[in-house]
Amino acid sequence: MTTFLSILMRDLRLALRQLSDATLVVLFFVLCASMFPFAVGPEPNLLARIAPGVIAVSAALASLLSLERLFLTDYEDGNLELLALSPTPLELIVLAKVVVHWCTTGLPLIAAAPLIALLYRMDAAGMPVLLAALTLATPVLSFIGAIGAALVLGARRGGVLLSLLMLPLYVPVLIFTVSAIDADLAGLSARPHLLLLGALLLGVLPLAPWACSWALRQALE
Amino acid sequence: MTLFEGRDLTCHRGLRQVFTGLDFALPAGGVLLLTGPNGSGKSTLLRIMAGLLTPVAGALFWGDEKVTEDPEAHRGRVHYLGHLDAVKPVLSAAENLAFWGGLRGRPNADVARALEHFGLSHLAKVPGRMLSAGQKRRLALARLLVSPAELWLLDEPSVGLDDASLDSLGAAIARHRSDGGRVAAATHVPLPVEDSEELTLDDFIGGPEMELAW
Repeated sequence: MTTFLSILMRDLRLALRQLSDATLVVLFFVLCASMFPFAVGPEPNLLARIAPGVIAVSAALASLLSLERLFLTDYEDGNLELLALSPTPLELIVLAKVVVHWCTTGLPLIAAAPLIALLYRMDAAGMPVLLAALTLATPVLSFIGAIGAALVLGARRGGVLLSLLMLPLYVPVLIFTVSAIDADLAGLSARPHLLLLGALLLGVLPLAPWACSWALRQALE
Repeated sequence: MTLFEGRDLTCHRGLRQVFTGLDFALPAGGVLLLTGPNGSGKSTLLRIMAGLLTPVAGALFWGDEKVTEDPEAHRGRVHYLGHLDAVKPVLSAAENLAFWGGLRGRPNADVARALEHFGLSHLAKVPGRMLSAGQKRRLALARLLVSPAELWLLDEPSVGLDDASLDSLGAAIARHRSDGGRVAAATHVPLPVEDSEELTLDDFIGGPEMELAW
């Protein structure tokens, strides 16, 4: 437990001292989302309708952008060897790192999402479900992405490979996030979609740290 | 007395056989110096001892028990100092050390004493990116002192060290040994340690070249 807290505190401290990393992710999210009106045209009804999808896709891309560095810096400077040789299970260490990744990228994305929704004039009634769906979806993105980040360690052009590997796996998360918001806006219950997102989160919570630590040990061989 | 032993170890890197049939034994208080030319497998052997690499054949024993039977206990016994110093550029020297202590379950470790031993006290608050290569190496060595571990695995610990720091390292090793600790170190230069055993990895090169498998 002390090790878990040590890693949590260190990674948070690193993120706070390199605040530009987290800021860049949010800026990318906002910029990426604001590209769509230029491409699809300024028709207000259309924009309001695609808003949930744009937010979900932009959030997935932004999360992916920051995931490459999740283990890479520790791998390159030798800290990963020390993490792997800690008497604490590597799974717990990975869990701490992913939690910090979510706090430093997922949370800011959730905070920035209403801004995009406003830009697209999405019906404000859908806002609570948008936030709820993103709160469940962003940790899933972090956990799934962490597996990819661990798998591509040591590979050349790891970032591109990571996107290729992970984007298909993000599809279910996108589907349930968007369908939750759409259902709510159409006057239906968002509950089943949110429950499915919750189930995804519960699934990856134990699975991802286990898969990551296996991949990390391979990377260190 | 428990011996740390490697029996009949074989290791391949890629398709190349690095060594085969290698045995070593390291008693409590002992020092094993690994010597040999570049590429002879010193670092590889240290990584195997740490449990980062799995040998193709053979096994490591702690006393009578195979270390693979309880890898967590083995990790708790090992301090591994690799080629990389693992110093985080945005954390101060003291913060780096405190984290390494916490990583091994010693969040309240005596960081100041470890820094002082390697003459880094005045740099405690300096961020890692401002340290010179030698200072980073000393900081990495100070890691050995913030949490106890019975087995120190040092990969060329003297790289970048000045004479005074080399003596500090010698003193740290001597104290570690008097407490019953053991050290395995890969080195090209003589380390300031007394009655050490030497394992020359030259002897293990050879064996048939592995054929390309495809």
